[in-house]
Amino acid sequence: MSAAPQKSSLTVGEVIAEHDYHLTRDTLVRYAGASGDFNPIHYRDDVATSVGLEGVLAHGMLTMGLAVQPVVDWLGGDSGKVLDYQVRFTRPVLVDADAGADVHVVAKVGLLDDDGARIDLTVSFNGETVLGKAQVRVALA
Amino acid sequence: MPVNAELAGRSYPASPPYLVGREKVREFARAVFATSPLNLDPDAARAAGYPDVVAPPTFAVVVQEHTLAQLLGDPDAGIDFARVVHGDQRFTFTRPIVAGDELTATLTVASVKSLGGHSMVTAESAIVDAAGAHVVTAISTLVVRGDE
Repeated sequence: MSAAPQKSSLTVGEVIAEHDYHLTRDTLVRYAGASGDFNPIHYRDDVATSVGLEGVLAHGMLTMGLAVQPVVDWLGGDSGKVLDYQVRFTRPVLVDADAGADVHVVAKVGLLDDDGARIDLTVSFNGETVLGKAQVRVALA
Repeated sequence: MPVNAELAGRSYPASPPYLVGREKVREFARAVFATSPLNLDPDAARAAGYPDVVAPPTFAVVVQEHTLAQLLGDPDAGIDFARVVHGDQRFTFTRPIVAGDELTATLTVASVKSLGGHSMVTAESAIVDAAGAHVVTAISTLVVRGDE
């Protein structure tokens, strides 16, 4: 675990972290249990298709939850340095029963200010972004 | 059944206390691919100045969930759960949640807006510890689809 970065060493637009996540149906069941969100569209194809979806989707809150992890690691593992975190859910992440789904996260410095920095996340699946205005405010010295 | 336009400003009673368990934090951390020792190992968390393992940022949703259930279960709110889509989500922290916290949450409807036949309901759940001190506010915007 590395020490937290110094604000003075950062420049706006710089990529500070990047990570790939492979989701499977197991991932979704695990998140359902951990979070208490047992909506069956996240583990049953028949229910998902009956409400007009293409298939089983990842929980939006799972995508939000994993997308911040590269930033937490960059902060030296201290999630207590996260002051504010927001996202907009713009596209679903379809998780195929066999192939799963690959989600790519890129974290860039969006803004530097008195408190620290705003880190902007680009979170994509199948070449399209799935979260909008995904921003993490972090405390940095 | 339209969303009650007079919902804005309404608050619900504080949720029953939620005791944050160490194993629950670890379980949640693994579920969101968190690998930091601060999320998993009490000694590492203490070495970093926390009383016990630190919950990942989005863990607050577990506590917020109880307040959203109050809102969605309120017949007078007029929110048809089958038509609800999660539009956006925000967490604003005073401090991170740690194992051992006893948290209660109070939901207030911040706004109700109409947009192209849909309703956008923004609900803010203020989460406080056993001493009443603010920990985090969880803000959700729910998009309630209109009749098609």
